[in-house]
Amino acid sequence: MHFRHILSALRRHRIAASLLVLEIAFTCAVVCNALFIIGHRLERMQRPTGVDEAHLVEVGVRSVAPGSAEALMAQTRTDLAALRAVPGVANAAIVNQTLFGHSISFSGVSLSDDSKAPSIPVTQYMGNAPLAATLGLKLSAGRWFKPDEFVSQSQLDGGAGGIPVIISRALAEHFFPGQSAVGKTLHAFGANHVVGVVQRLVQPRDYGAAGHYDYAMMFPVNESYPHGTYLLRVKDSAQRQAVIQGALHALKVDGPLRLISPKDVTTLQAARARYYRNDRAMAWLLAGVRLLLLLVTTVGIVGLTSFWVAQRRRQIGIRRAIGATRSDILRYFQVENFLLATAGIVLGMVLAYGINLVLMAHYELPRLPVIYLPVGALALWIIGQLAVLGPALRAAAVPPVVATRSV
Amino acid sequence: MFGYYLDLALRSLRRNKVLTALMVLMIALGIGTCMTTLTVMHVLSGDPIPGKSARLFRVRMDVFPDAQFRPGEKTPYNLTRRDAEALLHDARADRQAMMSAGSMVVIATQGDPLNVEARYTSADFFPMFDVPLRYGHGWSRDDDAAHARVAVISGELNEQLFGGKDSVGETLQVGNQGLRIVGVLGDWDMNPRFYDLSNGQFGDSEQVFVPIATALDMKLATSGSTNCWGNVSDSHALDAPCLWLQFWAELDTPAKAVAYRQYLLNYIALQQKAGRFSHPGQLELLNVMQFLDAKGVVPSDVRLQVWLALGFLGICLLNTVGLLLAKFLRRSGEIGVRRALGASRRAIFLQCLVEAGVVGLAGGVFGLALAGLGMVLVRHQPTDYAAFIHMDLRMLLATFVLALLSSLLAGLLPAWRAMQVTPAVAIKSN
Repeated sequence: MHFRHILSALRRHRIAASLLVLEIAFTCAVVCNALFIIGHRLERMQRPTGVDEAHLVEVGVRSVAPGSAEALMAQTRTDLAALRAVPGVANAAIVNQTLFGHSISFSGVSLSDDSKAPSIPVTQYMGNAPLAATLGLKLSAGRWFKPDEFVSQSQLDGGAGGIPVIISRALAEHFFPGQSAVGKTLHAFGANHVVGVVQRLVQPRDYGAAGHYDYAMMFPVNESYPHGTYLLRVKDSAQRQAVIQGALHALKVDGPLRLISPKDVTTLQAARARYYRNDRAMAWLLAGVRLLLLLVTTVGIVGLTSFWVAQRRRQIGIRRAIGATRSDILRYFQVENFLLATAGIVLGMVLAYGINLVLMAHYELPRLPVIYLPVGALALWIIGQLAVLGPALRAAAVPPVVATRSV
Repeated sequence: MFGYYLDLALRSLRRNKVLTALMVLMIALGIGTCMTTLTVMHVLSGDPIPGKSARLFRVRMDVFPDAQFRPGEKTPYNLTRRDAEALLHDARADRQAMMSAGSMVVIATQGDPLNVEARYTSADFFPMFDVPLRYGHGWSRDDDAAHARVAVISGELNEQLFGGKDSVGETLQVGNQGLRIVGVLGDWDMNPRFYDLSNGQFGDSEQVFVPIATALDMKLATSGSTNCWGNVSDSHALDAPCLWLQFWAELDTPAKAVAYRQYLLNYIALQQKAGRFSHPGQLELLNVMQFLDAKGVVPSDVRLQVWLALGFLGICLLNTVGLLLAKFLRRSGEIGVRRALGASRRAIFLQCLVEAGVVGLAGGVFGLALAGLGMVLVRHQPTDYAAFIHMDLRMLLATFVLALLSSLLAGLLPAWRAMQVTPAVAIKSN
């Protein structure tokens, strides 16, 4: 093609050309970063928890009047038996904190009992014997708790140290890199022996450093209902709503006056959707802005190119008169747009990288993966070609006779 | 002269309606998104208690034992019960209150029990935070000292339990224990609820307020963060090594603030002398706006959205520059004739700017409509601040100022190019 002709023509329209390049560059930079943030949010929203979310229902119960620890424990056993008897329930357990719930419980954990030893806060799940099976956790090393290892909350408050612990694989790798964690000792509630490692278990909510999301541990503690939440594992995920109704009924029928409200009952999937709603809203918003931005840029290119075509009607007429075909003219504008878009994209990538550096410093975002750059570039080449098509066709339709007229 | 320019501008804009519409649309889109995000930012970073925010201080200090002390770490936001009670007892500020969030189950005469949000605090809370009371009054410092079984309830709870009548003197049934109602709140529209940001920052106030000594007697459940060191059986005991109480002080003059800071430093020094720790301790006294800033009450997503919107406006303006340039230069002939007839370059420049300004104002009007649409979208977002987002007069004016300024900025380069048109060349090529 006649690159040189195009370039020398562009040199005569320096301001308009640089405006177009700048516009494409800024759009490219913003679109790349917006895409990246959307991808980052989607990735965050899909983080697995390690539990069988599709089959889980959480039931919170609040006590109305304080009771003795024994009475609460007895009521909890009755409740669990009643919940297990609800049709469709495969297993029932009680746990101190729920995934995507409002509260998070954690302890400082270190490798020695010296209080100066470096420690990290690790979230702790305290639950009864059926908890692991109810959650559907998968053991990757060691064993589950034995029935005689479970203590009550009051025994734990009374200083029952030395209870065994099961930890997530990520936590095991943090403390014992390259070795088996089973048999080792961690210091959380006194000295705790690691008896098992589960493949994955995560924090109820994001807390502390982002890389610590999958650091978690479990203790064998028989919680009682006002301090814990009942977890139900349903046999068939389609039955969850029926199980919720059955559970509410079963709890209301037996036991003292308590606060049993549908507001405190949720499926784990609903809890997940609620937890990530801000991320979802942000992803939609960014997607919307990205579309608008591409639209605005298209309109801008159409506007400027139309002006260009109108300005060069006579030149086009002369070219046609001396033998250029319609497709020559069409291609001329297409190539011109391609060159401008390419210049804009190159500049845009530098800008995209710069914006990413700023975002990394202020918003805890990782480095922009290279893959987003060609995606952004492709998007802008395409909209550039689409935008130029209309004005270029109009240019190609200019009859040669224009050359002989004075407008 | 301005009237004449305006007339010319309107004529010229009418001549090419599509181009004009495109430019107005560009500016409207940029202004609309910008004003939507800026309004959210403006509301979220607003002063929740204007006129008093500079006189209310959150007290934070680090009196950790040596083993827990990490120099350079942030001073904790909450106090231990021992320290909070000591500061409350000394009462060196004009007013002071210690508090914690909590929840309780209230038995209604009809229907199911209700779970309500509560605040356990001390007597000064009500005058300190300008809490409006519809019926009755808050409790007194004597009630605090006597562990009186009293409560102040919200207007909403009063509506639910007592049908909205004056319920002062009635009993609030909490489990198997009773609290005498001494006051009912009026409309208390304060957002964010700055005095304790740990349980949601925006939304309605708590429904029940109880003296903290009474709440501890009744063993009512607390919520919010409780951070303990060592093995603790009762984290709310007087000497428990746990941080769980918020402490606010009202200091009406800067001199009093200085004196109070000195008092707190002396208090820390005394604790050190008493052997609780040997490190120097840390103190932070932040007023409401400083505290909100330190807590990062404006979500980082909102800041990101503002930057995104500004970037979007920038790209829209770049576009407008291009379109204005096209528009002005297409009229080279006309400009040439005007120059030949004696118009100065300055006149051409001004006339082009007037035209850009008219486009900007029109963009502002449509941008305002788009921002209104944006507000509707924001209010439907699942965020806890959604319901509080509204546009005030200041933001309304800011919309037009921003629209006008940005369109004039966009008009500068094209107007400058237009005034460079050489009359002879322009007329000849026509």
